[in-house]
Amino acid sequence: MSASDNTAYEEGHGGGHGSFKSYMIGFVLSVILTIIPFYIVMGDALDSRLLAIAIVFVLGAIQMVVHIVYFLHINSRVEEGWLAMALTFTILLVVIVLSGSIWVMFNLEQNMMPAHEQIERVRSLP
Amino acid sequence: MTTESSEQAVEFYVRRSPDDGEEHHHETGTMLGFWIYLMSDCLIFGCLFAVHGVLGRNYAAGPSPADLFEIDMILMATFMLLFSSITYGFSVIRMDKGDLRGTQIWLIVTGLFGMAFLYLEVMEFSHLWHIGATPMASAFLSSFFTLVGTHGLHVTAGCIWLFVLLAQLQIHGLNEANKRRVMCLSMFWHFLDLIWIGVFSYVYLAGVLL
Repeated sequence: MSASDNTAYEEGHGGGHGSFKSYMIGFVLSVILTIIPFYIVMGDALDSRLLAIAIVFVLGAIQMVVHIVYFLHINSRVEEGWLAMALTFTILLVVIVLSGSIWVMFNLEQNMMPAHEQIERVRSLP
Repeated sequence: MTTESSEQAVEFYVRRSPDDGEEHHHETGTMLGFWIYLMSDCLIFGCLFAVHGVLGRNYAAGPSPADLFEIDMILMATFMLLFSSITYGFSVIRMDKGDLRGTQIWLIVTGLFGMAFLYLEVMEFSHLWHIGATPMASAFLSSFFTLVGTHGLHVTAGCIWLFVLLAQLQIHGLNEANKRRVMCLSMFWHFLDLIWIGVFSYVYLAGVLL
C-alpha cells in the first residue's frame, strides 16, 4: 500500500487509526495518570480525604479524555462528526442518570428517616 | 403514464451507481453503527455506576471496601488492561502497514494481557466469595459484583472475539472484511479500558478512601 493510499484510507474511515507516536503519548500519559491516584491511596499521601477523592476523580476524568483522544481517536472530523456527536449525547445522558439518581436517592434517604419530633408524636398518641 | 412512472420509481430504488456498494462506502456505516452500539453499552455502565453510587454505602453491618479491596492487585490489573490497549494499538499500526504476521503477534500479546486481567479478577472474586463477601451479603456487594462483573464479562467476550479474529486472519489474511473487524474490536477494547478507569477510580480508590 503506497503512502497516498494510506492517507486516503485514514481520512476516509477515521475512528481508530493512529500513529505510533499518538499511541505512545497516550500510553505515557495514562501511566502517569494511573500511578498518581494509586500512590495517593496506597501511600496515604494526603491528610484530607475529600481532597484525595477529588484528585482521584479529576485525574480519572482526564485519563478518560486521554483515552478518547489518543487511543479511540475520536475528534470532530471522523465520520463527519457523527462519532463525536453520539459521544456527546451519551455523556449528557450518563451525567443526567448519575447525578439525578444520586440526588434523588440522597434526598429520599434524608427525608424518609423519621425525625425526633415525629417519633415523640407517635409515642404520645392515645 | 402510471406504469411508466412506477417503472421509473422502481429503477430509482434498484439502480446502483457504479461506485456504490464498494467496501469503502460500507465500512463507514459499520464504524458509526458499532460506535453507537458502544454508546448504548456506555449507558448500561452509566446506570450500573448510578446503582453503585446509590447503594455503595449500604454495608448491612458487613464488610466495607477498606476491609475487602487489595489495592496493589487492582493496580496490577489496571496495568494489564493498559498494556493490552497499547499492544492493540501496535497491532493496528502493523495492519495499516499490511503486515499480517505482526498484526497477529500483537493481537496474541493483547489477548494474553486480557486473560491476565481476567485471571486477577477471578482470583479477587473467588477470594471475596471464600471470606463470605458474596453478592447476597449487602447492597454494596450486590452492586459491586454487578458492575465489576459486567465489565469482566465484556472483557471475556472481547477475548473470545479476539481469538476468533485470529483464526479469521489466519484463514483469510488481511482482506477488507478482516480489517474492518480488527478496527471494530479495537474500538471495543479501548472502550473497555476507558470504563475500567471509572471502575478503579470510583469503586476501588474512592471506595477505600471513604
